[in-house]
Amino acid sequence: MSPTITTSSEANGNVSAATARAAASAAASAEAAGPQPVTMAKALNTALADAMHADSSVLVFGEDVGMLGGVFRITDGLTATFGEQRCFDTPLAESGIVGMAVGMAINGMRPVIEMQFDAFAYPAFEQIVSHVAKMHNRTKGAVKLPMVIRIPYGGGIGGVEHHCDSSESYYAHTAGLKVYTPATVADGYRMLREAIDSDDPVVFMEPKKMYWTKDSVDLGELRRLHTEGTTAGRTSEGRAAVARPGTDATLIAYGPSVPTALAAAEAAALEGRSLEVIDVRTIVPFDDDTVCASVRKTGRAVVIAEAHGFASVSSEIVARVQERCFHYLAAPIRRVTGFDVPYPAPKLEKYYLPGVDRILDAVDDLQWEN
Amino acid sequence: MTISADHTAPHSTSTEAAENALTEAVKKFGITVEDYMLPARHQIQMVDPDGRLIPESEQGTQPGHEYPVPGDDELLAAYERLVVGRRVNDQNSALVRQGRMAVYPSSHGQEACQVAAALCLSDADWMFPTYRDAVAVMTRGVDPVQVMTIFRGDWHGGYDPLQCKVGIQCTPLTTQLLHAVGVAHAAKLRGEDTVVLAMCGDGATSEGDFHEALNFAAVFHLPVIFFVQNNKYAISVPLAHQSVAPSLAHKAVGYGMAGERVDGNDVVALLAVLDRAVKLAREGSGPLLVEANTYRMQAHTNADDDTRYRESAEVAEWRAKDPVTRMRTYLTDRGLLDDDGEVRIREKAEAVATQLRDGLSEDVAVDPQELFRHVFSAPTPQLKEQSAMLADELARDAAASSSDQEAAK
Repeated sequence: MSPTITTSSEANGNVSAATARAAASAAASAEAAGPQPVTMAKALNTALADAMHADSSVLVFGEDVGMLGGVFRITDGLTATFGEQRCFDTPLAESGIVGMAVGMAINGMRPVIEMQFDAFAYPAFEQIVSHVAKMHNRTKGAVKLPMVIRIPYGGGIGGVEHHCDSSESYYAHTAGLKVYTPATVADGYRMLREAIDSDDPVVFMEPKKMYWTKDSVDLGELRRLHTEGTTAGRTSEGRAAVARPGTDATLIAYGPSVPTALAAAEAAALEGRSLEVIDVRTIVPFDDDTVCASVRKTGRAVVIAEAHGFASVSSEIVARVQERCFHYLAAPIRRVTGFDVPYPAPKLEKYYLPGVDRILDAVDDLQWEN
Repeated sequence: MTISADHTAPHSTSTEAAENALTEAVKKFGITVEDYMLPARHQIQMVDPDGRLIPESEQGTQPGHEYPVPGDDELLAAYERLVVGRRVNDQNSALVRQGRMAVYPSSHGQEACQVAAALCLSDADWMFPTYRDAVAVMTRGVDPVQVMTIFRGDWHGGYDPLQCKVGIQCTPLTTQLLHAVGVAHAAKLRGEDTVVLAMCGDGATSEGDFHEALNFAAVFHLPVIFFVQNNKYAISVPLAHQSVAPSLAHKAVGYGMAGERVDGNDVVALLAVLDRAVKLAREGSGPLLVEANTYRMQAHTNADDDTRYRESAEVAEWRAKDPVTRMRTYLTDRGLLDDDGEVRIREKAEAVATQLRDGLSEDVAVDPQELFRHVFSAPTPQLKEQSAMLADELARDAAASSSDQEAAK
């Protein structure tokens, strides 16, 4: 039996000595120094590898995550590096994957599991809602479930049915789950490391259309900052980011809608309108302070999300901001979201997805004339 | 003997190891792997309903399915737990009638299963019970009042699963079987020899997670014993509406694991079969499925009316197979139990009943702020806000009621 697998040092008490955080430098040696063009996929893959180096209780499993490296290659090379005991394929059964992860987390591991596509996670819904979300509460805090459920989500890739859902609202609505969604390559690394370190279960929503987005990122620096940031208690959780500063109106977005909002802000700037873009980053917990500070400053807001608007994260954001910023608002808060229709076939998705023009139209409607 | 020559994963050393370990285990019995996986032709029964030890040749055994009679000390201990378990069931049902508890799904009639499920395990092993398995959890050593907290109404669970190595009694059917698989998997990866016993009922075998759990345990070759108490009814729906398999134990072979069926009202046979299952699992021969053929003597819960779906003659037939009286007769006839012993055991049962009455009659003060304390490892800003709102609401209520009292003076 592998002597390299030990109990998680942070969760559920029974501590074993050998966590090998120093080994993270092994991954660093292969990288070029300084900022390099890095894809979101590479950042996530590096985060997984670094977390596995840092803590031998971190395990990765799911469908096709082993030899193949995942259908999006996010787990590429992990089985080769860490062996079949630490990164492995399971039988094709999502409830089984999540349920087994619950048991592993109860018994000292930090499982990071992959649901292959958003809509393929639905068979696991009962395990997620009835156990992942409730175990800590049910046991009055005795049991912690330090597990991460990674879900590639959203459309814009011309995917067939069941491959393009924005399912974040189901999880955000469930008390006891944290919901993270990165919108930049650097956040992909940072937030996945933090999700794995968290003693709470995290549903980690990965915008699949951004997997091949490149940013100039220094992974070595991010790794160093993660180690220091964790010890200093500086985390992304509950901290939205000002993705682009502005003064006239606030665009509130998360995950795949952030680049769309930034493009809209760029276009608006050409017309002389200064839009601030807020990247929510963690839907649960939600950063009311950063979002509301921006809206109080600009007095106008548009919330942008790919998911259907009805009874969604976007409706929650509108409600929260309205409750807190009513007297600062010059106009009702608008939303640009997917229509309340099942996610459409590839040739129709351009009509469904929030785009720059639809966002600018909503901004134009924010009662600018005196 | 190859059991998976056509679908061995080309790179999976774990599958090869699993196959070898199973084949090695089967070699000891001198039978084929298929014969090892298939349950014996008849259920294993050692003591008949009249309390007589059945001759070995008639116990339902066949090559590879022979079970030695457990030792006298183990049987006496089991009898004591049976008597305590019966008293616990009847005391809890009485507490529900008195309004002390919201509900109690009684295992009256299934005590032999409850007792054997706990006694076959070692301290470092794990158990994953259902809502009807309170007696099993108590037999495992968990404080009776803590076990009943789930039905008392002040929290959804009363004991620490990590300390007791018992999962919280699970309500969504068979979802806990996967947790058992995960606990066993984690232990195996660390090289520990933990065995996990996962419990469910006959109706639960229709659930998808039953299939996923058995398949995962078999594929990863994990030391999990799936213990199915076939009590014939899922609330009102009889077994015939759940499955037309030859027996529930036969489902094992479809997953590549061994199945066995046993008289669920015969604690001697249950202990014999489960003890061997635990030993095999601990030695690395993979998961097993044990079906106990028993009967739910009472309604599903106090909210159920079992006269709407079953005949009293059927219940009477099973009353004659009672697990407690059967064992009492057997031990008395063997000279292992006398009147003094019986009295001593009944006193112990009474002490547990008193503990339950006292513990559950107590009006436990609930702390409303506890609502927010265990949602996450630390409360989010939103939960802090809601906690403050509730605190303020309660403070205003308290102030209002104290000023009302002042005014009344």
